[in-house]
Amino acid sequence: MDLTFASITDIADAVKSKKVSAKEVAEHFQKRIASLDGKLNSFTSKNEQAIKEAENLDARISKGEEVGLLAGVPFGIKEMFCTKGLATTAGSKILENFIPPYDATVVARLKKAGIVVMGKLNQDEFAMGSSNETSFYGAVKNPWNLDCVPGGSSGGSAAAQAARLVAGTLGTDTGGSIRQPASFCGIVGVKPTYGRVSRYGIIAYASSLDQAGPMVSNVKDAALTMEVMSGFDEFDGTTTKKPVPAWSKNLKADVKGMKIGLMKEYMSGGLHPDVQKTVENSVDSLKKMGAEIVEVSVPMTEYAVPVYYLIAASEASSNLARYDGVKYGYRADFKNLSAVDLEEFYGKTRGEGFGKEVKRRIMLGTYCLSSGYYDAYYNKAGQVRRLIMNQYLEAFKKCDVILSPVTTAPAFKVHERISDPLTMYLNDIFTTSTNLAGLPGMSVPFGMSQDGLPIGIQLTASHFEEQKMLDVGYALESASSVKGAKPHVI
Amino acid sequence: MSYRGFEPVIGIEIHVQLSTKTKIFSADATTFDAADNENTSPISVGMPGSLPVVNRKAIEYSIKTGLALGCEIRRKSVFARKNYFYPDSPKGYQISQYDQPICEKGQIVFKVDGVEKVIGITRAHMEEDAGKSNHLGDYTLINYNRAGIPLLEIVSEPDIRTPAEAAEYGRTIHQIVRYLDVCDGNLEEGSLRCDCNVSVRKVGAAQFGTKVELKNINSFRFVEKAIEYEIERQIDAIERGEKIIQETRLWDPDKNRTFSMRTKEDAQDYRYFPDPDLLPVIVSDELVEKIRKDLPELPIARAKRFQTEHGLPESDALVLTTEKPLADFYEATAQESKNYKSSANWIMTELLRELNTTNKKIKDSPIRPEQLGKMIALIDKGTISGKIAKTVFQEMWQSGKEPETIIKEKGLVQVSDPAAIEKIVDEVLAANAQNVEDHKSGKKKNLLGFFVGAVMKASKGQANPDLVNKILLEKLK
Amino acid sequence: MIDKKAIEHIAKLARLSITEEEAHEYSAQLGKALSHFELIAKINTDGIEPLVTPTEIESFWREDVVKQEFTAEEMTANAPAKAGNLFKVPPVV
Repeated sequence: MDLTFASITDIADAVKSKKVSAKEVAEHFQKRIASLDGKLNSFTSKNEQAIKEAENLDARISKGEEVGLLAGVPFGIKEMFCTKGLATTAGSKILENFIPPYDATVVARLKKAGIVVMGKLNQDEFAMGSSNETSFYGAVKNPWNLDCVPGGSSGGSAAAQAARLVAGTLGTDTGGSIRQPASFCGIVGVKPTYGRVSRYGIIAYASSLDQAGPMVSNVKDAALTMEVMSGFDEFDGTTTKKPVPAWSKNLKADVKGMKIGLMKEYMSGGLHPDVQKTVENSVDSLKKMGAEIVEVSVPMTEYAVPVYYLIAASEASSNLARYDGVKYGYRADFKNLSAVDLEEFYGKTRGEGFGKEVKRRIMLGTYCLSSGYYDAYYNKAGQVRRLIMNQYLEAFKKCDVILSPVTTAPAFKVHERISDPLTMYLNDIFTTSTNLAGLPGMSVPFGMSQDGLPIGIQLTASHFEEQKMLDVGYALESASSVKGAKPHVI
Repeated sequence: MSYRGFEPVIGIEIHVQLSTKTKIFSADATTFDAADNENTSPISVGMPGSLPVVNRKAIEYSIKTGLALGCEIRRKSVFARKNYFYPDSPKGYQISQYDQPICEKGQIVFKVDGVEKVIGITRAHMEEDAGKSNHLGDYTLINYNRAGIPLLEIVSEPDIRTPAEAAEYGRTIHQIVRYLDVCDGNLEEGSLRCDCNVSVRKVGAAQFGTKVELKNINSFRFVEKAIEYEIERQIDAIERGEKIIQETRLWDPDKNRTFSMRTKEDAQDYRYFPDPDLLPVIVSDELVEKIRKDLPELPIARAKRFQTEHGLPESDALVLTTEKPLADFYEATAQESKNYKSSANWIMTELLRELNTTNKKIKDSPIRPEQLGKMIALIDKGTISGKIAKTVFQEMWQSGKEPETIIKEKGLVQVSDPAAIEKIVDEVLAANAQNVEDHKSGKKKNLLGFFVGAVMKASKGQANPDLVNKILLEKLK
Repeated sequence: MIDKKAIEHIAKLARLSITEEEAHEYSAQLGKALSHFELIAKINTDGIEPLVTPTEIESFWREDVVKQEFTAEEMTANAPAKAGNLFKVPPVV
């Protein structure tokens, strides 16, 4: 069996039926990581226990014990997720050497289902970035073109998955951090509905926007991984008690009669021609498969980027207040603690521990919440956010799934945009409104640029309607002309 | 009340630690005597990724307290983040309620020097307690065992005008939360902490003066003293032509004065915003009504009932209702004895004295109310005399035995047989012939008491004193 | 532009020591971003309740049952400085 390109289901089935041992699988991917990741820098740390954990799993299988849906599947976990006993840094210096005493709920669920954690994946610092260039642990390279960014913030996950250094990865998405890198690296990335997946143990960037999701090779793997991750968690009061559908089993590439909405606002100008072409092709494919194409409008999305940044930065400024050098993580070097003033203690620790982009957003958020500005910024943004959501819910009365580009253009060059924050922010124009409205969204690979860079299609559904979105994704995947394309790095 | 032509204006914020088993946002225990950082979890230490999940009991206790304070209960209240940096605040923010607190617009009534006083309650909101700092000179050590213990902060209107009123307000709140059993009321352990806002203004002035906050006072006597001191200090300052600075001051009980906390006078900017980790607290009418139905009778109403229904004097009623267990003890005793006043007397004199001298709480009394009630009934039935009852009481206190058992074992039954008593009387009179003579001749006045005593003594206290009196009077005619 | 004084005030509130240079940079960058974000000022939002949690989630209140799953050692294992199982910080009074 070709482990490198095997799907998650194939690996789990093979391991469970003892066609291959979990240990062999883990060793295979361990070798790939060792030989290829030097070019990509997608891993921040490797799990030294991976082989041993795989052996334990094999032992349980040979004893006939029940093992989970993801038995022996090697996974990479983004640095945002707390992993018991494995360093968890959020890509920041301020958390260097932090070893969590607990697993994030989703990590615990995946482990229970049998995954083998191969290591932790690089990301933009505290998930603040769209290019994976803000990581304290160095930039990640796009496996399709090492001069390009993999996207962000889940850049390590996207790159590792695209290069098949693991069979599955986890990412987090606050304003597009799963979908955009998935699109840039030619993999499938899903952000579930807000409240579908527990945030417990996932380092918070912006609590009302963050959701974790799978970043994997195909739609079915995504559906299966999501099934394991999702559902109510008594440690997260913002998870829904709604039952988790059997997405992977229900998955069908049949879109006959489905209404696909094209958002007027996202189709008008400004798109890179290759992206434009990919979107048109995807619409044609769906039409051919019997879907009905309707035009929908969410005029308020024009304001999604400002609203997103105002809210995300405000929440972040508070979420990141706990990194203070007292309980864990980085503390500035003070020669004589007894002579240190508390304000200096905090200021120096945080000033040195956080990177530039993070500090910029903390400053922005602190400003937005500060006395005299709250109403004009944070509160106003919250009001507009409601209008955006309402318009989306209206739009979903006319269609099942909204189709749009993920980004205006394929992956850009390293260093190209990092110096201009606002330009970088505007990069998130198509992805942030999904988070603001709490909708499920995904990116499915469907095209390739002239320069050989992958281009994804974004699909969005109404709250808790992941199945519809996954079905359309599955249909697109089956019709995709780029299926089977591999980045040249491998 | 006027102080040199000035009128004090006082408002009080009381932080009540709710006596839940777990913290407000995590399942950590809330025990007071835990080892360093033993009662912690990723949530209460503010670890990356941890999230708060609200404790049902904390909400229910807050509603209960709100109802007892006559508050309106908000059907939707919101947890907000109060952002500030301090080592005892593990997340860099405190989860509190800001513009939408769970309880609003209540009032309490109490008496100060016999005069009824009504103080408005502005609001009561839920929040989490901070950790504890131990300052050791060269460094400070932080313990998060207390971090996350639920607090209900009860904020009064600035309706209080004297230090005595302030102290009584505090005592009343203390009494109410103890009655409700939502707080253990342990002042030494900080289960109830008072911050007092004090200002003074010229009598008749419409505007408030600049207020000073007196923080973290843990006894009501100190509340009174600290405010007393602060009023004088402020008036002195004004009379010297100084301006009152808005500041936080601490009470030093050793020196009997308040002193300014050294604070860098940056106006605080807490940047409150709704906590996105916690959904709004939606409270149904059903829940509020259920809690309202289960509210215990509060001290003031109970004292009133003891007066009107049991015919107790106000002073008795107030003593018996200071604590719920005491009032419960009294009612159980009275139910058994069917004698309200006698039950009240026995509890207020004998029982409270014994509890005081042995430093016991009412719940630890070795005598159960049913036993005391039975004993009182036995007095009323004439089975034992009041005097014997004291012996029975002592024996019950020592052994916890039933009064009947003690009476039987010790042969303490009152003798009410006239013939038997007459026999003893005759013996006593015969043995004291001279005194009989003196009595009859009027040589010595009023020897009746002497004879009664002698007869009682001869009967080992068991003779029915009424009968003894009656028979003696006849014989000595 | 946000003036330097405001930037310094915000940095202080956020407990971030920043250099002159950073202050200068943030002043320009934040000013630029905010002036773009002020686009939303023109939207009529009268009477609109701000949205925080974007989906409908049933409320969940935890029962008051103790779960002690971590030791004090585990909770303080990552501390930059400690004494026994207590976190050690500069003198705060």
